[in-house]
Amino acid sequence: MFAYFVRRLLYVLPVAIGVSIICFLLVHIAPGDPLTAIMPVDATAEEQAAMRSAYGLDKPLPVQYAIWIGKAATGDLGKSIATGRPVANEVFAAVKNSLLLAFAASIIAFPIGLFLGFVAGYFRDTIFDRIVTGFAITGVSVPNYWLGIVLVIIFSVNLSWLPSMGAGPGGSGEWAWDYAHIRHLILPAVTLAVVPIGIVARTVRALVGDIFSMDFVQALYAKGMRHSDVLKHVIRNAAPTALSVMGLQLGYLLGGSILIETVFNWPGSGFLLSNAIFQRDLPLLQGTILVLALFFVFMNLIVDVAQAAIDPRIKRS
Amino acid sequence: MTQTPLVEFENLKVRFKGERTVHAINGLNLSLQPGEMLGLLGESGSGKSVTLKTLLRLLPPKRSELEGSVRVNGTDIMTLSGNALASYRGGDVSMVFQEPALALDPVYTIGDQIAETVMRHKGIGKTAAMDVALDMLTRVRIPSPERRLKNYPHELSGGMRQRAMIALALSCRPKLLLADEPTTALDATVQIQILLLLRELQKEFGMGVIFVTHDIGVAVEVSDKIAIMYAGNLVETGTTRDVIRNPQHPYTKGLLAANLHGVVKGERLDAIPGSPPALEEPPHCCSFAPRCAFAEDRCRSDLPPVTDLGGGHSVSCVLAASTTTA
Repeated sequence: MFAYFVRRLLYVLPVAIGVSIICFLLVHIAPGDPLTAIMPVDATAEEQAAMRSAYGLDKPLPVQYAIWIGKAATGDLGKSIATGRPVANEVFAAVKNSLLLAFAASIIAFPIGLFLGFVAGYFRDTIFDRIVTGFAITGVSVPNYWLGIVLVIIFSVNLSWLPSMGAGPGGSGEWAWDYAHIRHLILPAVTLAVVPIGIVARTVRALVGDIFSMDFVQALYAKGMRHSDVLKHVIRNAAPTALSVMGLQLGYLLGGSILIETVFNWPGSGFLLSNAIFQRDLPLLQGTILVLALFFVFMNLIVDVAQAAIDPRIKRS
Repeated sequence: MTQTPLVEFENLKVRFKGERTVHAINGLNLSLQPGEMLGLLGESGSGKSVTLKTLLRLLPPKRSELEGSVRVNGTDIMTLSGNALASYRGGDVSMVFQEPALALDPVYTIGDQIAETVMRHKGIGKTAAMDVALDMLTRVRIPSPERRLKNYPHELSGGMRQRAMIALALSCRPKLLLADEPTTALDATVQIQILLLLRELQKEFGMGVIFVTHDIGVAVEVSDKIAIMYAGNLVETGTTRDVIRNPQHPYTKGLLAANLHGVVKGERLDAIPGSPPALEEPPHCCSFAPRCAFAEDRCRSDLPPVTDLGGGHSVSCVLAASTTTA
């Protein structure tokens, strides 16, 4: 098991390097000169060139990449062009908020998704199955930023139950575990949870339905197992796949919540990313994408290792 | 001999409802004495597997309609439910499936799967149940049985998996073992080993066995008695010797002729012409008549009578009836 873990860890290295190159290139290939955003319109060619060399933008791309990745390895992601603050600090604070939101959404989504999926798979082709499937498809299909706006209209504007913006009272950046802060978490977390509920429910439904139609289930009954014993076997069989779907969903929640974070003004990585894009803040953009991508790689690693730990069919040696 | 038969089917009828109705079993009468090994023969769709599943009450209750009675050791199993049914399954009667790779749970070890059955039926602890599992694996002569306890099904070869499946089925010492084409999924060389093993264990444990196969050679090899099914009913039954030496039903004769012994290359094989009937209607005449070279008008108008030829040999055909009465 330990050897498997080490081997998987070694595989991560080339993936991480590849990811960093793609992050870097994407940002540089994208149209738009970062300097136009911060330079005055009437800046002279000399002033522009000076600024360009100050940020190292006049060097060839491979050199720029080498400098950037060398610094990144030591935790220095450069300074934001827009604010002048270190990118690492900004990204760290934002990722912390995003993680909070992603975990909150997962805590809502995974139990509900697992439960609905299991029951729908168990009662396949019944009215309950159809309701769950319908709900799951709707959840996956409805644009979640639109759903977020609708929830804001209902719960913030009409009912005034919950705040619609920010991560705490008075727009303070610091998170705290009290009701005043948790209130801010509810709407974005619920909105964000809808898609993973649908995806987890659909996957688990198909999974459980398939497992119940497998021969070994009949063989379990044939050897005198009770219904509850059979359910235990089915759950154990479904667990590895369900786990991997949930792990990947957590990764998506972290990186894929740009729109939700924008709708709710949640100071997370998605929010930071969209600001960085609009301000053409190159170092910030690069740094945020890199951290998110590496987190995704890391999530995949965790899922693989966890799956190998609970599924004997995955070769560990 | 007024011993209670181990298994007794009395006019069993099984229908499957659905988009179309299928009359899978049509009035089956069959009995088996304790310690007997019965080979149940027939082609696909003749109702062999349905018969076994009926015995374990494994047919989907919502889609199947059953009539007639099935008694095991004198108990009417149609009335079993709940805990009584659960302890009957695997305790009194157990089953070896066709595909051990599919019939074993892929994420539980062999030892756990045997032990959970033993724990369930014998009410003993995990350690004692594991000892039983090890003993059973030794009895089915799996190489290095201690290691196999901790193996998962995918880590074993096909032959070993089937041995493990047999160990599992026999772990609670059932009085009746059902084997549903247990060698079909195996290599030819492994097939014969498994057959001999089953035969040996059957003698050792003194249990009754119903062995389903479509391979008449396999049936002859292992069974005391043979029952031949066609379109959901028995056409001929008797001791293996009687049926093979003196087949009465044209279908049995056809099956015996349809083998590869003495075949000249380039010549067509002696196959039975036609294909089995659709079972959407219950039979009102001999189901085999459309394929039978000896069919007469009365075969197409009435159900064939069952003729007892003595010594437990009976056949359901007008031809046999006329030779005995004449």
